[in-house]
Amino acid sequence: MSKINKYDAIIIGGGHNGLTAAAYLGRSGKKVLVLERRHVLGGAAVTEEVYPGFKFSVCSYVVSLMKSNVMRELMLPKFGLELLPLESTMTPLENDYLIRTADSDQTYREIARHSKKDAENYMRFGPAMGQIGMAVRPILETIAPNPIRPSLSDLSATKKLLDHVKSLTSKQFEYLTKLMTMSSADFLDEWFEYEPLKATMSASGIIGTFMGPRSPGSAYVMLHHYMGDIDGAYRAWGFQRGGTGGVSMAIARSAEHFGVDIMTEMSVQKVIVKNGRAIGVALDNGDEYNSSIVISALDPKLTFLNMIDESELPPDFVSAIKNFRIRGSSGKVNLALDALPDFSCLPGDGRHLRGAISISPSYDHLEKAYDDAKYGNFSEAPFMDIILPSVLDPDMAPPGKHVMSCFVQYAPYHINGGWNDQKREDFGDAVINTISRYAPNIKDIILHRQVLTPADLESTFGLTEGNIFHGELTLQQLFSLRPAVKWADYTTPIKNYFQCGSGTHPGGGITGSPGEMAAKKILGSW
Amino acid sequence: MPYKNNFTAQTQLKLSPFFERTSKLNESQEWRRWAGYLAATSYELTHENEYFAIRTKAGLLDITPLKKYIVEGPESEKLLNQLVTRNIAICKVGQVMYTPWCDEDGKVIDDGTIQRLSKDKFRITSAEPNLEWIQSNAIGMDVNVKDDSFSTAALALQGPNSRAILNSISTNNLDKLRFFWMMETTFGNIPVSISRTGYTGDLGYEIWINPNDALKVWDLLMDKGKSFGITPTGLHALDIARIEAGLILLDVDYISSRHALIESRKSSPYELGLGWAVKMNKNDFIGKSSLQKELNHASNWSFVGVEIEWLEFEKHYREVGLAPGLPQTAWRTSTPLYYKNEQIGYATSGTWSPLLKRYIALAHLKSTYAQKGSKLMFELKVEHFRKLTKATVVKTPFYNPERKRSCPK
Repeated sequence: MSKINKYDAIIIGGGHNGLTAAAYLGRSGKKVLVLERRHVLGGAAVTEEVYPGFKFSVCSYVVSLMKSNVMRELMLPKFGLELLPLESTMTPLENDYLIRTADSDQTYREIARHSKKDAENYMRFGPAMGQIGMAVRPILETIAPNPIRPSLSDLSATKKLLDHVKSLTSKQFEYLTKLMTMSSADFLDEWFEYEPLKATMSASGIIGTFMGPRSPGSAYVMLHHYMGDIDGAYRAWGFQRGGTGGVSMAIARSAEHFGVDIMTEMSVQKVIVKNGRAIGVALDNGDEYNSSIVISALDPKLTFLNMIDESELPPDFVSAIKNFRIRGSSGKVNLALDALPDFSCLPGDGRHLRGAISISPSYDHLEKAYDDAKYGNFSEAPFMDIILPSVLDPDMAPPGKHVMSCFVQYAPYHINGGWNDQKREDFGDAVINTISRYAPNIKDIILHRQVLTPADLESTFGLTEGNIFHGELTLQQLFSLRPAVKWADYTTPIKNYFQCGSGTHPGGGITGSPGEMAAKKILGSW
Repeated sequence: MPYKNNFTAQTQLKLSPFFERTSKLNESQEWRRWAGYLAATSYELTHENEYFAIRTKAGLLDITPLKKYIVEGPESEKLLNQLVTRNIAICKVGQVMYTPWCDEDGKVIDDGTIQRLSKDKFRITSAEPNLEWIQSNAIGMDVNVKDDSFSTAALALQGPNSRAILNSISTNNLDKLRFFWMMETTFGNIPVSISRTGYTGDLGYEIWINPNDALKVWDLLMDKGKSFGITPTGLHALDIARIEAGLILLDVDYISSRHALIESRKSSPYELGLGWAVKMNKNDFIGKSSLQKELNHASNWSFVGVEIEWLEFEKHYREVGLAPGLPQTAWRTSTPLYYKNEQIGYATSGTWSPLLKRYIALAHLKSTYAQKGSKLMFELKVEHFRKLTKATVVKTPFYNPERKRSCPK
């Protein structure tokens, strides 16, 4: 690795957005250094062999929202991006199941088994949401304009957006308004009646969010999850071969191809600010690196309250960042398995194990799980989004063995009595007990279990409060308000200091979007 | 979800010796005709998983419908060297060569592989019947040409895990078997012949066996392959993979000169991108003098890879309020290519590459427009209306993983 004293840009954090910003800057000929605190790249999009022979997508586990132009412009397929289809979603129930597959006739028949009305509406729902997704995409792909004392470019962006809104059909406008304001439960009630279907669909409205399906605002989070497309098909989920770390590694290889230097185990302590300008970074090990600009891929709390002295920032901005909601609501349980889980409702190792498995039998199940969290406990019977990566990609585990990824909600960061080793194990037990209600053999096939509480997500991955989106995706902190009004265009109150993490517009998920848009904004005025 | 529907059916088509298994596994019951056989289009309701098996695990394909000929006798090398454009004299025992063969005018009749089974014994595979052509060129030579099509069954096992699967079954280890070489081995007590060849451009093998052993071999592969993700794979998935690999298909990308009704339907190897397989420094072979002339004057046509540019493609659909309409399967309809207002060629097959995230096609172009990087316009139908959208000439194979040729260290 070349040792350069002065870089054009230093990026704090080698998560997928930091790497994306680095690759774009490198692509434009800038000399860029990425500093990652951990020994592995990827941030929350990381694959690690936690137990010998078993690879875990430790945090983030599926890919849908990755922007296709980012894949193209950074040549990610060439550098190892390989997205396998995740074809189905199964909701196991006590004596039955609901499964939606890639085949629409099969899905129609399956839903019709429970409700003929739902089956027909389901056929209309997907396309309708796809159209909404398409209508919203241009908004997400615009650098959020500053509504306070707007510049000329802010005005022209605002005008473009208004023109775009005017071009929506009345149906699109109606759905969009409802999605921006309603709870996912209320929104879905307008379409469907079969409880397990509604509950499972509503679940994407609570993921990563400290809300229940009946909380207003959760419909937007659902929409956020509909924005992704794979190969033009909206609402398609993919699994990266080798785990989500493969996405980050592809971006890292692309960045290196463009001349970016990447260093791991380099923990940044502070951004060096002189006369209101960022001029470099100081590391925990005492080293200092200089650069023309510094970009933080960390969440807004770390970016402003940790990397910078409060005294360098305007007080109203500091209080806005302090008020930025970043409540952790989820945990992750990764299992190394000796065999496949056997679901009582659909025994055997069939096709149903190749997709997502959602523990969401009813709104009440989800809402009760949320109730536990509201009062400072983890859910006794949590919502879970489970996948079996080794079924899709046998290389994830030794031959015949399996890995299971369980995204678990709710696990509040602020838990009564605080998180400790005992609480972590209790939480793990609650998860396994819940799974065993549907797949009784689970307890007998576990070779290793990795339980990550929100506190673990914070300490290991630098996610404040363990929030997977670098801040909740609620209306008051989206678009021109993410992370704070006037500073939603990737700039900050400090000159030459920029932000590019999921805490900026358009938010969380493996999208590459904040990294890409931040880099384009920076390059636009360089 | 698991429908237990069983049915029996009648067919006038020929059944492969693997049919007893493949017919039970084919959940979509989508079949295609392939050389008079019933061949699975896709085993699952959509072919996506089978395509990804080829690229990330291992796809198992029944390729029995291929035509197979055995050429045996002291003059078999001589015959084949006259027949095809590659130099068979340098093909060692255990080696395999891909080659086209031409008529006297240097126009391609067919293309396939030639396996050298021993000094005086070869196996030829081809897409169409070639027995009469080979025999008529063998008149007066001390060789015996036999149609082996029905007496050899064949499977292709393609994908990054294919070697590990075969190693778990084969008596002899395959680690040292190089690209386009073959070996004799056994699965238990079943003799099998394995060539490191295929039609996917990936690490892969083709397995040649006695039809009587077909079911036993299929069962062994499926059983041992399970933990490596072995997946019965149909022709939909194969078609995408072979386009990504830039491999041509007879009757789709070109027409055999023996069946072309008009001269313009015929192609020389140079016009099919197979110039590398024409060995002008060897002794006389069928079509040599015509090909020499073509070499001196440059070919009129070239065969190239084309990429349809995404941004404009997407824009055409956005303008009518739709998400980009990517083809769900590989297409085989001749599609015009323009330079400004002049049609300068046509694409013969194309596909969205799910792995590369690129819309790619194989095309015949007038040679003056065929340089890499040339900008063209591709004809597209958007909501029933014809549009022209930007495309670029790019190099093939579109997908060429290192593992295709490499051996474990």
